[in-house]
Amino acid sequence: MKRMTKQGNWWELAKGLFAENPVFCIVLGLCPTLAISTSLDNALGMGAAATFVLLGSNIFISAIRNKTPDKIRIPIFIVVIASFVTIVSLLMQAFTPALNKALGIYVPLIVVNCIIFGRAEAFAFKNNVIKSTLDAIGMGIGFTLSLLLISSIREFLGTGALKLIGITLISAPIEPAMVFILAPGALLVMGLLLGLFAHLRNRKYEKTCCEVKG
Amino acid sequence: MSTSLFAIIIGAIFVNNFILTRFLGLCPFFGVSKKTKPAIGMGLAVIFVVTMASVVTWLVYNLVLVPLHIQYLQIIVFILVIATLVQFVELFLKRYNLFLYKALGIYLPLITTNCIVLGIALLNVQEGYSFIQALVFGIAGPVGFALALLLMSGIRERLELSKVPKAFQGLPIAFIVASLMSMAFLAFSGIIQ
Repeated sequence: MKRMTKQGNWWELAKGLFAENPVFCIVLGLCPTLAISTSLDNALGMGAAATFVLLGSNIFISAIRNKTPDKIRIPIFIVVIASFVTIVSLLMQAFTPALNKALGIYVPLIVVNCIIFGRAEAFAFKNNVIKSTLDAIGMGIGFTLSLLLISSIREFLGTGALKLIGITLISAPIEPAMVFILAPGALLVMGLLLGLFAHLRNRKYEKTCCEVKG
Repeated sequence: MSTSLFAIIIGAIFVNNFILTRFLGLCPFFGVSKKTKPAIGMGLAVIFVVTMASVVTWLVYNLVLVPLHIQYLQIIVFILVIATLVQFVELFLKRYNLFLYKALGIYLPLITTNCIVLGIALLNVQEGYSFIQALVFGIAGPVGFALALLLMSGIRERLELSKVPKAFQGLPIAFIVASLMSMAFLAFSGIIQ
């Protein structure tokens, strides 16, 4: 990756993809990541929904940050985030009922996704609207890419084919291992990927680019 | 899903364990499972709060939201009720039961953003549980969580002493252990239809 200055607007956009990737580097937002990463379609739907909420809440919270009293900022964040989640949930019920059914209670659970709350508290409350918008887009894409990575591995090994919106992308003559679609597969794939990333980090940078918090 | 109370209990603790099959509450699961003692504290705090939250959100949903036909506001209302409830419980314990407050202390605020609390409120609505069913589900669900947390912390205490490849130290190995536990819990599926 090209060396970027840590102050520029490009950095705010790009950091979410690799250096501060919300799933693999900061290890946030695990519940939806593992629960819905059974197929590419679900991953794309959840990624889009979370990105929309992240974008809305980051812009809104950053716009009102100078008028928000410090002491009651957390209830305000919660109401803002819950409103955007309600919007997404109603839109999904109206326009993509099949996806809404597949994602189930994990759509309303975006409210308690640590990524969104974390970005509001750690970034949007301290930065201007443009930077917060870029931060939300970067983090949203980073989250979506992580979901796609996990779900493509799980779908491929679990069903022997990769499908996106009904079109078969790849199919292989392998015996599908059902366990990858079930719960243990999610934890196993996530564990192996985290191990892989830790290994790459240890090798590439002497100083870790991001620390893993538990 | 079967409606008998026994089926709800077995289902919530073993078959659809909150962590290992539903993936609710993973952050505290990996965050506080390094040692057994904090794991017990967290488990108790979650049982305490989630049971109350299950009952209170059931009442709010069925006595306020349904009569007023504003079920679409459930997300906002539930999260506010839960956040208020946790604050209230914390203040109450601080005033009247200092022992419990010190035991649960730091875990209480963390629970607000725990998927389990909101998840149980939403699942009660989704399954259409009655009051008694919601109460039983509200106890059994977090008991399953506490069981998985306790088992996990026991394993991780042993892991500290064993040799783990460098790249897998910390979280990655914890995920793989959880995967094996989840596989063991798969054996329970089929008990309840």
